[in-house]
This record gives sequence, structure tokens and C-alpha cells, in this order.
Amino acid sequence: MLEIKKLHASINGKEILKGLSLSVKPGEVHAIMGPNGAGKSTLASVLSGNQNYEVTNGEVSFYGKDLLSLPPEDRSREGVFLSFQYPVEIPGVSMTNFMRTAVNEHRKYKNLDPISASDFLKMMREKKELVELDNKLANRSVNEGFSGGEKKRNEIFQMAMLDPRLSILDETDSGLDIDALRIVASGVNKLRRSDNATIVITHYQRLLDYIVPDFIHVLYNGRIVKTGGKELALELEEKGYDWIKKEIDG
Amino acid sequence: MEQQYIDLYKEQQANVKMHSASPLNDLRDGSFALFERIGFPTIKLENYKYSDLKEPLSADYGLNINRIPIPVNPYEVFKCDVPGIKSFLYFVVNDGFYPVSDPRNNALPEGVIVGSLKEVGKSHPDLIARYLGKLSAKKEDGLVAFNGAFAQDGFFMYVPKNVVLDRPVQLVNIMRSDVDFMANSHNLVILEEGAKAQLLVCDHTVDDVKFLCNRVTEVFVGENATYEHYKLENTNTKTTNLSTLLMQQLASSTVLANVITLHNGITRNTIEIALDGQHCETTLCGMVIGDKNQKVDNFTSILHNQPNCNSKELFKYVLDDMSVGGFTGKLFVAKDAQKTAAFQTNRNILLSKMARMNTKPQLEIYADDVKCSHGATVGQLDEIAKFYLQSRGISEKEARLLLMFAFTNDVIENIRIEALQDRIKLLVEKRLRGELSKCEGCVICQ
Repeated sequence: MLEIKKLHASINGKEILKGLSLSVKPGEVHAIMGPNGAGKSTLASVLSGNQNYEVTNGEVSFYGKDLLSLPPEDRSREGVFLSFQYPVEIPGVSMTNFMRTAVNEHRKYKNLDPISASDFLKMMREKKELVELDNKLANRSVNEGFSGGEKKRNEIFQMAMLDPRLSILDETDSGLDIDALRIVASGVNKLRRSDNATIVITHYQRLLDYIVPDFIHVLYNGRIVKTGGKELALELEEKGYDWIKKEIDG
Repeated sequence: MEQQYIDLYKEQQANVKMHSASPLNDLRDGSFALFERIGFPTIKLENYKYSDLKEPLSADYGLNINRIPIPVNPYEVFKCDVPGIKSFLYFVVNDGFYPVSDPRNNALPEGVIVGSLKEVGKSHPDLIARYLGKLSAKKEDGLVAFNGAFAQDGFFMYVPKNVVLDRPVQLVNIMRSDVDFMANSHNLVILEEGAKAQLLVCDHTVDDVKFLCNRVTEVFVGENATYEHYKLENTNTKTTNLSTLLMQQLASSTVLANVITLHNGITRNTIEIALDGQHCETTLCGMVIGDKNQKVDNFTSILHNQPNCNSKELFKYVLDDMSVGGFTGKLFVAKDAQKTAAFQTNRNILLSKMARMNTKPQLEIYADDVKCSHGATVGQLDEIAKFYLQSRGISEKEARLLLMFAFTNDVIENIRIEALQDRIKLLVEKRLRGELSKCEGCVICQ
């Protein structure tokens, strides 16, 4: 579904991604690991259409469509979802209004009528349960005053609402205690199907105890330098990234 | 430009007085003398540095000194009733109180008086004399002085001791004229001890000519009384709306004032609230949505003359195209006004490179045991928040709307009439979408 070919991207003139290639098929879970500054979050930002990053070379196709030519909203409507590392607080926009607008924009894109009020409430209720999101939070402004764990749960809640074909979880485990991690991971696992895929971006191995990947890629210096099975994570946890750096820079 | 009005007054003062509410005549010569001395305000004055009124004041307007009836039935042309709002409804056409009262107004509680200054001046001259001009006559302000010289009528409301109005009083100012027209009116609102009332003032224009409205409103809020004042401006771009709202609060009274400018040409609101008793609560809010060449200046003063009062001020502007906003937040705390708590916020979003905002907090604090804060920001929409919304499939246009709407939300939340709050939400949304925010079925808003 997703083909990234020799992607180069930079921010403020500094090249971060230097020829990254990756292929994701439906039903797969890919983990992207790597040391700080390797370009993990840049990859997430570029895929979701953050305009602070400039793509200088390479291509990304999603079900045959040129993803990079689409504005962020169309990428979302095509089924790409980014769970933000730092979810944004938006005072004055209620979660309900935000989600209703988003769901209806997705429906409009598929030539469907707006969702009925009762169906929408039912959907909200079901998806909230999935990540054990408090009713009170859903009635508040988007992420405003949410704790770190609540914000991440809220990301997975939005993911459940929008039912993406490809989810990119950017450091979803950062700042989570073990209980919150379990809830978030269980939410992600419940949403896994044979027709959707997940890219998990993480610095640590511990999230991968809960969300078991099919592939692990090590991102270093803007490129994927090593790919393996889930056992690679354990090796990295044990030995750190230095041995890979040596191998590459060596 | 003052000279033509000075000449006009000298020539016509007998007519002005003859057709006027008689209590206004008591103030007239003093006001005229003041106007003759100071003239119209210019941007050289500190209080008017953000209101350049030279152009609108130089235009040639007709005045209706002889009070010739205006051929319009507001009940026919005015369909802007906020749906779901149950109100006591009154009209001022140009600067005259419309005499035919809505039959629903018969339900006013006993003792409450609502009507024209002219009529009530005849039936209750002493009541009016006790209050009229007490706040306005001493103002060294060219617009107030001019109003004092030329205003002949206005809206009057009196709520006696401990009487509570169960629904808002709605005053609709309708401007109707075939030629460029100037209206001066003087309104007077009195709430006695323990009384409770809400007043909603709506400004509308029926015709597409140049209007200049110069209105002075005095409000007296007695001890323990609760008063809410809402002003909604939704007129044509050729209208200049000059409005002076002077309020006095006595001990333990509560006031909420919320002035909303959705659409207009040039707006100048001068608002002064004097806290003349202890334990007063004051909330002063405002919102401006400006585009094209709109100019909106809110000049506000809250005077903490007594100790132990709380005031909160919140103004928000969304300015597009070439529109220009001005805000002054004057906060005065007298020497003995200890334990004052006063908070002021003005936040502004500029949507275009040409839009401009001038904002000036002006705190004068002479007491030493007070809590006062102020904050002013001018910026653009939050790009990170916009991207977040877009990343969920919301179009850029819709994301901008959501953010602008959210930005104005805390002002809208300070509307405590539910039907009005719903209506304003809708009007603001339409306005932000670039649609005319006129009400459904309304034939008069241009």
C-alpha cells in the first residue's frame, strides 16, 4: 500500500532524510527505531504533510497515488493517520465538534451524507471505550488540560474514529506510564486488521512488547540501515545503537 | 466642520428645544457651550488616537430637528427577532422612539417603566431629573457634548427596587433614510436597589446611505442590583456608529457588558464603568469581526473608586483585509480602593498583511494592596493547531474557521441569554465564513 522510494527531506535547509526507502503492505506492522536525530519524526511529519519540511527528492505512493502531491487533509481522507508525538491543545474547539467535522469531511470525500447525530454519538461511545477515554474528556476542548497519557489515548481514539488504512504512531509511548502504555497498545491492537497497516516509530523497545511488529527497521542518519524481525528490537535494547553506528560509519 | 453645526444650533435651537424631551433641554445649553469650546475630537487627543473621525464627521448629513415622522413600520421591516428569545421589544427609528408598543410588553411587571424619554419626561419628570446627565454632563468629550446639544429623545428604562425582569428588554435601533442622515439620541437606564434586568441593543440599517449615529447611554445600577448590557452591531459599511456608554455601579452590584461588532463601517465605543460602591462585580467583554475597510475602536475605562471590587475585561478581534482595530483598556484604581482585583485581556488575530491593530492597556493604580493584570497579543492563527486539524481530514478553510470560532468562544460564553448566545454563534460562524450574517427572513440588513 505504501511505497517510499529514495526519499530526501530537509528542514530549514538541513537535510534530515537522505534516501529513505520503505515498503508497507496491508496487514503489516512495521517498527522504525533509531537513535535521536536519525530522522524518525521527520519521516512521520513528511508523510502527514507538515509543510515545515521540504521534500527535495524521491517519491511516496499510497495505493498508487502520489501522496506528496496531496494536502494534509486529503492524505487523511485517503486513510493516512498520524498519531502526534506532541498532540496539540486547541482551546475553544470541543472534541465533539472536532470529531464530527473530521468524520463528515471524510464522508464527504467518499460522497457519503453527513453522519446522523445518533449514529455519531453511538460511534463516539464505542470508540471511547476502546481506549478507556473518560466521558468528561470528550466534552472538553481538544487536548486542553489533558495529561500526557490522556493526550496519547485521545490520539488513538481519533484513530479509531477515522478508521485509517495506514496509521503512523510517532513516539506514542513517550511520556506514558506502564498502565497508559498497555491501554494505548491494546487500543492499537484491537484496530489491527488484515486490510490496514501500522508504522510504529519508537526509541525504546518496550512498546514493541505490546504491539508486536512484523518488521523492525533501524533508521540512522536519514536512511534505513538495517531491517530485521522482532528479535532485532531485543538486540538493540541490549546493545544500544552504537554497534550499528560503527558498522555504518565504520 | 464644527462651524456648520454651531450655526445650525444657534439658528435652530428654539426648534430643537420645542421638539425635544423636556429633561434633555436642561442640559442643552451647557452641552452646546462645551461643544463650542472643544469641538469634535481629533486623533491629536490621547483618547481618540485610534479613532480618526474626520472623514465621517465632515460629511453632510440631514438632521430631523423638527421630528418629522419617518415612514417605516419596524414591525414589518424588522424580522431579525432572535429565534427562541422572549423579550420585551422596543424600537428606536433613527433617533426617535417608535410609539407603537408590542402588546407583549403589557406583561412588564408593575412599576417598571419603559418608553421614550419624551413621554416619560412628561409623566415622571422628577425621576428623570434625578439621573439624567449625572454621568454625561461632566464629560469633557466632544461627541457627548454634541449629543447633549442635539439629542431630542431616547430610550428610557426604569426597574424599581427588587423587581426582576424575567426576560430581556430588546432595543432595536433602526436607521432609515433616503438621504445621508445623522441621529443623536440619549438613553437612560435606571435599576434601583436589588433590581435585575438585561438589555439587548441591536443596531441595524435599512437603507444603503451614509448614517452617523451618535448615542449616549447612561446606566445607573443600584445597590445589589444585577444588570446585563448586550450590544450587537450589524449594519452597513457606510454607517458610523459612535456610542458612549456610561455606567455607575453602587455597592454589591453586578454588571456584565458585552459589545459585539459583526459588521459596520466605523465604530467607536466609549465605555466607562464607575464602581462607586464596595463589592461590585464587573465583567466587560467585546468582540470584533472586521474586514474590508471597517474601523472599530473600543475605548474602555473601568474606574475602581471604592475598595473590594472585582473587574474582568476581555476583548477579542479578528481582522481581515484592510480593517483596523483599536482597543484601549483604561483601568483606574483610586488611592483608597484597596483589595481591588482587576484583570484585563485583549487578544487579536490579523488574517491579512494589511489589517492593523492598535492596543493599549492603560493602568493607573494609586492603591497598594491590589491584584491587577493585563495582557495584549496580536498574532496570526496558530499554524500548528491548523495542521493538527488538517491532519484529521479537515480542510484548510474549515480548520481556519474552527480556530477563529474557537478564538471568539470565550466572549460568546459571556452571553447569558441562551437564545442570544446560540444566535450569535450562528451569526459569527456565518460572518467568519464570509457570508452576510443577516438573519433569516430579514429584508433590511444590507
